[in-house]
Amino acid sequence: MRRVRERYKEGNVAIPSGCAISGILNRKGKTFSGKEIIQSISLMRERSNGLGGGFAAYGIYPEYKDLFAFHMLYEDESCRIKTEEFLSRNYQIEKAELLPVNKIPSIKEPPIIWRYFLVPRKEVCEELHISLNEFVVRSVMEINAAIDGAFVASSGKNMGAFKGVGYPEDIGEFYRLEEYQGYLWTAHGRFPTNTPGWWGGAHPFTLLDWSVVHNGEISSYGTNARYLEEFGYECALKTDTEAAAYLFDLLIRCHGLPKRVACQVLAAPFWEHIERMPEKEREIARSLRIVYGKALLNGPFSILLGCSEGMIAINDRIKLRPLIAAEKDENLYVSSEESAIIEVCRNPDKIWVPRAGEPVIGILEGVERWASAC
Amino acid sequence: MGFSMLMPPYVIERNRDRCIDCRVCERQCSMEAHYYEEEEGRVHSREENCINCHRCVAYCPTRALTIKENPLEFRKNANWDANTIRQIQKQAETGGMLLSGMGNPSPLPVYWDNILLNASQVTNPSIDPLREPMEVKTYLGRKPERLEFDKEGNLITEIPPQLELSLPLMIAAMSFGSVSLNTCTSIAMAADEMGICYNTGEGGLHESLYHLGHRTIVQVASGRFGVHQKYLKAGAGIEIKIGQGAKPGIGGHLPGEKVGEEVACTRMIPEGSDALSPAPHHDIYSIEDLRQLIYALKESTQYTRPVSVKIAAVHNAAAIASGMARAGADIITLDGFRGGTGAAPTRTRDNVGIPIEFAVASVDERLKAEGIRNQVSVVASGSIRNSSDIVKAIALGADAVYIGTAALVALGCHLCRKCYTGKCNWGIATQDPWLTKRLNPEIGARRLVNMIRGWKHEIKEMMGGMGINAIESLRGNREMLRGVGLSSRELEVLGIKQAGE
Repeated sequence: MRRVRERYKEGNVAIPSGCAISGILNRKGKTFSGKEIIQSISLMRERSNGLGGGFAAYGIYPEYKDLFAFHMLYEDESCRIKTEEFLSRNYQIEKAELLPVNKIPSIKEPPIIWRYFLVPRKEVCEELHISLNEFVVRSVMEINAAIDGAFVASSGKNMGAFKGVGYPEDIGEFYRLEEYQGYLWTAHGRFPTNTPGWWGGAHPFTLLDWSVVHNGEISSYGTNARYLEEFGYECALKTDTEAAAYLFDLLIRCHGLPKRVACQVLAAPFWEHIERMPEKEREIARSLRIVYGKALLNGPFSILLGCSEGMIAINDRIKLRPLIAAEKDENLYVSSEESAIIEVCRNPDKIWVPRAGEPVIGILEGVERWASAC
Repeated sequence: MGFSMLMPPYVIERNRDRCIDCRVCERQCSMEAHYYEEEEGRVHSREENCINCHRCVAYCPTRALTIKENPLEFRKNANWDANTIRQIQKQAETGGMLLSGMGNPSPLPVYWDNILLNASQVTNPSIDPLREPMEVKTYLGRKPERLEFDKEGNLITEIPPQLELSLPLMIAAMSFGSVSLNTCTSIAMAADEMGICYNTGEGGLHESLYHLGHRTIVQVASGRFGVHQKYLKAGAGIEIKIGQGAKPGIGGHLPGEKVGEEVACTRMIPEGSDALSPAPHHDIYSIEDLRQLIYALKESTQYTRPVSVKIAAVHNAAAIASGMARAGADIITLDGFRGGTGAAPTRTRDNVGIPIEFAVASVDERLKAEGIRNQVSVVASGSIRNSSDIVKAIALGADAVYIGTAALVALGCHLCRKCYTGKCNWGIATQDPWLTKRLNPEIGARRLVNMIRGWKHEIKEMMGGMGINAIESLRGNREMLRGVGLSSRELEVLGIKQAGE
C-alpha cells in the first residue's frame, strides 16, 4: 500500500468533511446481510466524493461473540509483525486471518487487512488492576500511537468496522459485506475537503463496541477535546467523530447517565426552552448544562452511534444537518435523506423528521440496561 | 514650593479668539490648573498642575481649550528617556516612593492583539445572532465531576451554589473609599440591570447598596475592612483577595484624607485614619491557612455562597491556582500585570507580575492536566479592554472576566492616572463632595449598561461567526485562536497555533 505522509494524516491535520449517513436496526435481533445498507448509502452518492466510506456491523461473529474482534489495517508487513508481537504479549490469539476482500479496480492501493479474535491475558490485566474493557481501550490507543503504519479499525465483540478510501458502495463490495449477517448496520459516505487517502481516517470511528458515523463539523471541538483530556482521553485523530465517540463513552459508560440524558448533554436545550420546562425537568436540564457544558456539541452535525444494544441518532440543536427516521415492523431506519430509506423500505409504517436535538433511540428487545462497553 | 526642575508635562493652549473668560475651566479643575486674574479680568493657566484629564476641555463652552504634551525635549538618549529623568527629578525633590494610578502603561506586548479569531466558511455555517438564539449565560462556582440519577431518573447530585451571569462579565473590585459612593452605586445599578455581578473591593458595602446584594460579590481582604456577618451574607458570593495585578505582593493604602464619615462607617475604622491593608493576610501564611479562611467563610454563610480567591498573576500562578482549587476555592480569579489600581508604587506596578493571557492559558492547562479544571471556575482580570479581549480570554480557558478600568472609562474616567491624589475631576476616584456629585449614578449606570450591552452584542456576533451558539462551547476552545507575531515558545505557552497552521 502507498505510504501516507505522516504530517497529512488525520491527527496531524484537521480535515473538515460533509457526509451521508445511514443506519438500519432490527430490534428483534434478527440478522440480515449488508446488501440493504449498501443500497441505502449508495443512493446518496452525491453526498460523498469517493474519499472515504465505511460500515459498522453488529452480530456478525456469533461463533466468536465473547472474544474481542480486532480489525487491523496495516501499511506493510513490518508493522503487522510488530503489532502481532504486541498482541501476543497481551492477548491470547484465538484466531488470526486475512480479512477476505474482493480486489476491485475502484479501490486503489488498499492496506493489508487482518482480523483477530482475542482474549486479554489475565495475568497482564490483573497486574494493571483495570477492567478488560479498559485494557482493550489502552491497547488500541497504544497500537495507534506507537506502531507506525498500523491502525485498529475496530475492537469490539461480535462487531466490526469496514472502512476505507473510496465510495461507500465500492468499499462494501471490496469487503464483501453481502456475505455477512448482522442485526445492526451503519454506513458512512464521506466528502472531505482534502484527504491524504488514509484508510484509518475514514468512518466509522470505533472504540470497543461503540461505533460512530457522523455528518458535520463540530465548532466546539477544541472545548470538547480539552474536556475529554481532563478525563484521560487522548484525542489522537483530531476528528469530531472521535470526540463524539469519546463523549458517548464518558457520559454513558463512565458516568452512567441515562441515554436520553446523555443526548440532552450533547444537544442541550436552549435556556429559553429550559425556563419553560416543568420544575423537575428544568432542574435537571439546568444542572446538566452547568456541569456538562463543555460536552455540548456545537455546530452542525447528525450523528449515528451504534453499539451492541442498539443505536442512537441525534442532530445538533438547531438542526443544521439533515436527519430522517422511519419505522417498519421491527426495523428502525435513520438516514441523511428520506430517499435512502425509501430505497430499502418502500412503505414504512412511520417516517418522520426528528426535531433538532431530539434523539432517535433504537434498543434491541430484551435489553434492560445500556450495558454497552461496560 | 521652591524652585523645581520638573517642567510641566502638558501645555494648555487657550484660543484667545474663542475664550470668553467665563471661568468654567477654573471651577471644573480641582488641580487648580486654571486661575482668574481679577485685575486683568482674564483666565490664565498654571500648566505645571495640569494632568490632562480633559475636564476643562469637555466643559469649555466655546471649545477654546486644547491640552498637548509639552514639546520640550531632553537631549536624545535611548537609555535615559524623558520619563526616567523626570522620575528621578521627582524623587530628588520629594524623597518618596513613586506613586501611580491605574494600570501599567508601559509598551510591553499586549498579547490579545497578537491573537486572532476564527470564523466559519463553507464547511460549517456561521450563525446569525439576529435570527437564531445565541447563548452567553454563565454560571460560576464549583461543579461536581458528574451528575448521578436514581432509578426513576431523579437527580441525586446537588449542585453547589453558583453565580448566574447573563454574560461572562463582571465588574471588578473597586472599593468604596478608593472610588466614590456614586461610582459604587452606578456600578451596582448597572450590574443589576444587566444581570451580572460586581465586586465591592475591600472597602465594605455601603448601607445604601445592601438591596442589590444579589448582584454583589463581597470581598474579604487582608485589612478586613467592613467585614461582618451581615456583610458576608449580603452578597451572592464572597471573594478572598490575596493579591492584585497592579501591585502583587503588597497591600493597599487609603490615605486618611479620603476616609470621611461614610467611608469610616462602612470600613469600620475611625474617621480620618489611614486604611492600611497588610501585604499578606496575617492569618494566611500558607495554603492550608487559606483553606481555613475559605471554610470559615463558607461556614459563616452556611455553604450558600461560592467563594472566590483572587491572586495576582505571578510566575507560579498555575501551581498556586491548583492549590487554591484543592483548598476549596470555587472560583479562581487571576489578575494580570496590567490590572488597574487607585494607587500603587510605580516600580511594583510596572515590573511585577505576568500578562493575564499567559496566566489564563497556564492555569487552565494545569487544572486540566490534574483533572480538576471543570470543577472550578476561572475568572480573568487585569486589562480586559473590549469584547474581543473577552472572547479571546474565554477561548484561552477563562469562564468569565472582570472589567475595572473599562467600566470606569464608561463612567467618565479619562485615564489621567492621578487617582491617588483624591482629586478626580470626573468625580470617580475621590471623596470630595464637590467632585463626587459630578457623577450622577443614574447617568453613570446608563452609560455602563450601554457599553456592556454593546459588548454583549459583539460577543454574540463573533461567536456566531465561529459557528458557536453557546458560550460553553467557546471555553478553552483554543482551536478558535491563532497567533501572529509570536515566538514558537509564546505560542506553546498560550497553547495556540500559528496563523496559517
